[in-house]
Order: sequence, then structure tokens, then C-alpha cells
Amino acid sequence: MAEIKVLTDECTGCGSCVDACPFGAITLENDVAVIGDKCTFCGACVEVCPVEAIVLKKDEKRVQEDIADYKDVWVFIEHEHGKIASVSFELLGVGRKLADDLGCQLCGMLMGHGVEDFAKEAIAYGAEKVYYIDDPVLEKYRTEPYARGAINLIQKYKPEIVLFGATTQGRDFAGNVATTLYTGLTADCTGLDIDPETKLLRQTRPAFGGNIMATILCPRTRPQMSTVRPKVMPMPERDASRQGEIITESLGMSEDEVRTKVIEFIESEQKVNLTEADIIVSGGRGLGKPENFKLIRELADVLGAAVGASRATVDAGWIPYEHQVGQTGKTVRPKIYIACGISGAIQHLAGMKTSDVIVAINKDPDAPIFKVATYGIVGDLFQVVPALTEEFRKRLGK
Amino acid sequence: MKIVVCIKQVPDTTEVKIDPETKTLVREGVESITNPFDEFAIEEGLLTKEKYGGEVHVITMGPPQAKEVLKNAYAVGADNVYLVSDRAFAGADTWATAYTLSAAIKKIGDYDLIICGKQAIDGDTAQVGPGIATQLNIPQLTYVDKVVEIDPDNKKIKVERLLEDGKEVVEASLPALITVVKDINEPRLPSLFGIKKAAKLDIPTWTADDLPVDKDKLGLKGSPTEVVTVFSPEVRGGGEILEGEVPEVVTKLVDKLMDMKFIQ
Ligand SMILES: Cc1cc2nc3c(=O)[nH]c(=O)nc-3n(C[C@H](O)[C@H](O)[C@H](O)COP(=O)(O)OP(=O)(O)OC[C@H]3O[C@@H](n4cnc5c(N)ncnc54)[C@H](O)[C@@H]3O)c2cc1C
Ligand SMILES: Cc1cc2nc3c(=O)[nH]c(=O)nc-3n(C[C@H](O)[C@H](O)[C@H](O)COP(=O)(O)OP(=O)(O)OC[C@H]3O[C@@H](n4cnc5c(N)ncnc54)[C@H](O)[C@@H]3O)c2cc1C
Ligand code: SF4
Ligand code: SF4
Repeated sequence: MAEIKVLTDECTGCGSCVDACPFGAITLENDVAVIGDKCTFCGACVEVCPVEAIVLKKDEKRVQEDIADYKDVWVFIEHEHGKIASVSFELLGVGRKLADDLGCQLCGMLMGHGVEDFAKEAIAYGAEKVYYIDDPVLEKYRTEPYARGAINLIQKYKPEIVLFGATTQGRDFAGNVATTLYTGLTADCTGLDIDPETKLLRQTRPAFGGNIMATILCPRTRPQMSTVRPKVMPMPERDASRQGEIITESLGMSEDEVRTKVIEFIESEQKVNLTEADIIVSGGRGLGKPENFKLIRELADVLGAAVGASRATVDAGWIPYEHQVGQTGKTVRPKIYIACGISGAIQHLAGMKTSDVIVAINKDPDAPIFKVATYGIVGDLFQVVPALTEEFRKRLGK
Repeated sequence: MKIVVCIKQVPDTTEVKIDPETKTLVREGVESITNPFDEFAIEEGLLTKEKYGGEVHVITMGPPQAKEVLKNAYAVGADNVYLVSDRAFAGADTWATAYTLSAAIKKIGDYDLIICGKQAIDGDTAQVGPGIATQLNIPQLTYVDKVVEIDPDNKKIKVERLLEDGKEVVEASLPALITVVKDINEPRLPSLFGIKKAAKLDIPTWTADDLPVDKDKLGLKGSPTEVVTVFSPEVRGGGEILEGEVPEVVTKLVDKLMDMKFIQ
């Protein structure tokens, strides 16, 4: 077990470590630092102590024996209802960069039934090879057969890095695969690069509702796996003339072995998927009553935008939960987020503050939403929003 | 029905602030709460018990002060609560967390349904639920917004899952693990009697020695990932407040947004 201790004779009680500890584990007692049970042995305090009064002893960890045999960067090609998720293309874009930095190949991992065209599409976006399992059991996404397929492919071909979209499917699936393989999985990354010295994948992600960022490594086991937040990585160019190899493998799992069955899919009435939308118009309690969401919808329709909402309106039953943006709703990252009558509580900001441009319309000049807004309008939304709809309608000739 | 609910104690992020000078998290006075999604998990456990009979067991892994969240769970009606706590568990990533929790669940034994929250609001990974299901080799149903029905005799569960573009109705065999989203129910508040009863409760604590585990797979040592740096995100500054009468500010705003070129 790891151990940490403060050399009480050395400690000057300066308090630097107290501030540096991300877990609030250190207190000063009688001018000496005391480390409590919340400590996770992260080491942040050791680095800041000016007199080297904190000693951290970490254990020797397991190192996977065949670690050197792993090479290539793989991207899971996610699809649902006959369409590839756009995050898969974004991952081929960043995957290309990682593969070039490592001097290895970029490959797709595809599962499904009769979706060979998707393999060609992955090649058009830059994959040199696509590993493909075609089986009727894989017709619709289900955790067990998809995980079985991925585990078989990974154990046979040994990729060094595997990337998944941080979508509902990707997060459901990757957690299962990493657990079976006993390797690390970094969640919801917004930054990926290769450390030039160690050649390890540096995975950067937000945590604590976006209040902190952490960089995470997976040094001793392979593959290094990440789920990556959609719409963060740029979309690469499609080039239909690119050539690549499609390698097919079999699943080795029959329908009777699968313990789940998809009974039906009920498509959302929402026309635009919130997490994929380029523009979102969101309404809050400032709308006053449920009928007034009409104003939000009208503006959204003109812009081809999706409709978002604050939790206050969802809890009041004005609009279904699937529209909720924020810590207990969806995390979104559109190019434009227009917040109407939303105060900007920290839990709401957690779901949208990385949007490229934020527009806030609120009658209270002190509303916290203005602290993150690119453009703010202090005014009555009942005048501003319809006027905006009208102006856009005119300019767009709709 | 034997139901196990996993809950986590987390800092209340409403109160987490960044010190503008040192750029570190200000933790002072930050309260610890039950992870909000886990409140829904507890409630779903209680509702399932009320409908189908059985018992609700609640576990948390954490330092001794995590007992507080177990007391809350007991106060609203959980039958048994357990604290899984040992310095050997400290520094666990999601792999080691799921490994340890699944060992505790094995010790509770004979479970039919395991309920987790969709994700914890501090680590924010949503990986522990799938991790536990995989360790226990049982089906997982994530992002559940409705349990449609449970058939305890034939050991089946049917749920609705909330996906990006709609809802999926799925059936699985029991035992199974579900992770729940906020929309699934409305958590009840504890009664005064419940709070009093919980205050007197002596909470059993399981250490590494009490669990069927390989000690090399626990805590920091058993974790494949390593957090190497933690830093504050760039603080997004406020931008421009557009001034003027409504028609004027609307024109200004539309000009600026149209300049971005992709509104069609
Ligand atoms: C654990 C936890 C999790 C949470 N998760 C989420 C989450 O995921 N998402 C979320 O959104 N919230 C979440 N919340 C709730 C959050 O704290 C706020 O309560 C909520 O976001 C407030 O919603 P609102 O901005 O619509 O309402 P309010 O805070 O009431 O704001 C309404 C705003 O409208 C303005 N207004 C009123 N009339 C007009 C008008 N005529 N014209 C212009 N402006 C007007 C007011 O000035 C005010 O700023 C969570 C809370 C907790 C404790
Ligand atoms: C800044 C930061 C970033 C991190 N990033 C990663 C990462 O990318 N990958 C990684 O593997 N680890 C990561 N960790 C470690 C991770 O936070 C811990 O392993 C944590 O114990 C569980 O992860 P979570 O909080 O994300 O829980 P989630 O997986 O989001 O929790 C889902 C559900 O699992 C249950 N649950 C979770 N933890 C417990 C518990 N202790 N007791 C009982 N039930 C529980 C609850 O029902 C909860 O609702 C990170 C830690 C920090 C501080
Ligand atoms: S090692 Fe990390 S968690 Fe432990 S006391 Fe130091 S800074 Fe805090
Ligand atoms: S930083 Fe070092 S000297 Fe300062 S209080 Fe902490 S342990 Fe003591």
C-alpha cells in the first residue's frame, strides 16, 4: 500500500500544500501539515512543498508483460440507425495525428451486420485498415456482443491505443471492454496528444463539472483507451479515393448467449440531437410558463437549432428531461448557445460553458450567465427573442 | 428481490470555486453530499422493493466520513447499509473502484438487481456501473429513465434507456445492473423518525481483509490509470454587453452571429 507522511521537523507550516491538494485532504494543525483520509496519493502536495517535507512512497505496480507488442491506433466506428456517429470521424482525425506521431497505422474497428460500406467510409476519412465483424447478432448495438467482438479483436491484433466517442453507446461499451482487459480508460477527454519523450498518450479531461482539468496516463497496461467528447476534435477531410484494407473476423457468440434483447426504439420528437447540434436555443424559468417555450422553438426553427432547457423548467414539467442541459442533464458544445431567461447557475454552466459562442438574454444585469457570455443582452426576453426570430427570418429569407 | 444500491459521497460542486490568484480549487466550507444521481438510485431501489417485495442494501466505498451518506440512505428507508473503507482502497481509479465494490456486492450475495447512478459529479466518468456489471458478469442497462416491469419469477427486467436521439426499450435477465438518470423518479425526503433512527445506527465497515479480493488490485496500486496533473481550466471571461434599444441590439447581435457564416 502506498504511504504518505509529513516530516514534522521539516514542515514550516507555510500552507502551500493545503491549497495544492485537489482533494481537500490536508489541514494545518499547530502549524504543521496533517494529511487525512481523503488523500488519494496524487502527489500534488509533494511538488509544491518548498522544504521537501512531504514524502510519498508509491508501490510497485503490475506491468503487463507483452506491453511492447502493442502497436497502432484504433478508432471504434460507432453507428446507430444506419448512420455513422460523426464523433467517429472526428476521432479518425485526431487518431491520424497520434498515429503519425507514433509512426504507426490508423485503423477502424467496426461491428454490425451488413455495414461494409461504413468500413469504406472510415477509410475515406483516413483509416488504413478496418477490422470488421459482420454478424446478425450485432444488428443492433448491445453491450455484450459488441464487447465480446472488441475484446477478441484487441487481444488478437494488440492495438496500442483505442479511442471511442463519449456518447451513450461509447461510454456504455468502453467501460465493459476496459474492465475485461484490465486496462485503463479515461473518460470524456477533450485533449489527446503523445508525450514526445515517453511516447505515452496524454489524455486531458474535465472533471468536477468542468471546474478542474486533469491529465491522465495509462503507463503500464495496453491498450491505452479513452472516450472522447463529441464536437471537440475537428472534422477531417473526406477523400473517397483513399485506399485501405478491410480485415474480417468472426464474432464467436450466438444469440442464445446474449442476455439482453432490444424490444423497440422510440424516436425522439426533438428534430435535432442536442449533443450534435451546432446551434442551441435554451429557455429557463424566465419564460414564466410552459406555453412560452413556443418563443424558443420559433427561434430554433429559423436557425435550424435544437431546443435546450434549464433544470428549473424541466422540474416544473414545462419540457421533457431530454432537453435538460447541465450537470444532471446533457453536456453540450455547440458553436452558438443562446440562453434565454436562464440565470446561469453553476450546474447549468457545467453543461454548456465550453460552447464556442454564448449569447445571454436576461433582464437582470447581475445574472451569472453574463460572466460567461460572449454577447449579452440585458432586456426582456419577451421583446428580444421574437425580434431576433424576425430579424433572422428576414436575413435568411425564410 | 434483493437490491443493492451503490452510492458515492461527493463534494457539492455548487460550492467549489477556483481561487483567481492561486488557480486552485477552494475547498474550504465545501459540503459533502450524496451524488445527486445516487439519490435517484436509492429511490428506485425503494420503489422496486415496495412494488415487488424484498430488501434494499446500500453500499459506499470511501473514507470514514462517507458514513454520512449511508445515514441519509437509511433514514429514507434502506434496510441495510455498509461502508467499504480501508486506506488500501485510496487512490482507486474506476477499475479498482468497480473491483472493490463488486467484491462487496459478492459478500452481500444473492442479489437480483444492482442500481448505480448514471455518473458521479466529481469524477464524472460514468464508468463504475459498467465496471461492476463486467466484474460480476451480469448484463448492464445504462441511462435508464424508466423501469417498465420486473418479472421476479422468470427473472427478467424490462427498462427504457434514454439515448441521444430517442428511447430504447430493452429486456434483460436478472441479476442485472442498471444505472439511472434524473428523470426516473422523485426522491423522497426522510421522515423525522427515519433521521432519528439513522442517527443511532451503528454502520458496519468492511476493510480489505473482510472482502474476497486480491490486494494487488486495490486502490492506487491496482489502478491502471494515473492522474498526473490537475489544473484549472481557462476561466472564460465575460464578453460584450450589447447596449441600446431592442431593435438596435437585435441588429447588432444578428450581425455578429451572421458573421460566423454557418447560420443558413
Ligand atoms: C445537484 C444539482 C444539480 C443540478 N443540475 C442542473 C442541471 O443539470 N441543469 C440546470 O439547468 N440546472 C441544474 N440545477 C439547478 C440550478 O442550480 C438552477 O436552479 C437552475 O439552473 C435554474 O434555472 P433557471 O436559470 O431557468 O431559473 P432561475 O435561476 O430562476 O433564473 C431565471 C432567470 O430568468 C431571468 N428572467 C426572468 N424573467 C425574464 C424576462 N422576462 N426576460 C429575461 N430574463 C428574465 C431572471 O433574471 C433569472 O436570471 C441543479 C441543481 C442541483 C442542486
Ligand atoms: C480529476 C479526476 C479525474 C479522473 N479521471 C478518471 C478517468 O478518466 N478514468 C478513471 O478510471 N478514473 C478516473 N478518476 C478516478 C475516479 O474518479 C475514481 O475511481 C472514482 O472512485 C469513481 O469514478 P467516478 O467518480 O467517475 O464515478 P462514476 O463512474 O461516474 O460513478 C457512477 C456510479 O457508480 C457508483 N459509484 C461510484 N463510485 C462509488 C463509490 N466510491 N462507492 C459506491 N458507489 C460508487 C455510484 O452509483 C455512481 O453514481 C479520476 C479522478 C479524478 C480526481
Ligand atoms: S498526495 Fe494528493 S491527495 Fe494526498 S494529500 Fe497530497 S495533494 Fe492531497
Ligand atoms: S508545503 Fe511543506 S512546509 Fe508548507 S505546510 Fe505543507 S508540508 Fe509544511
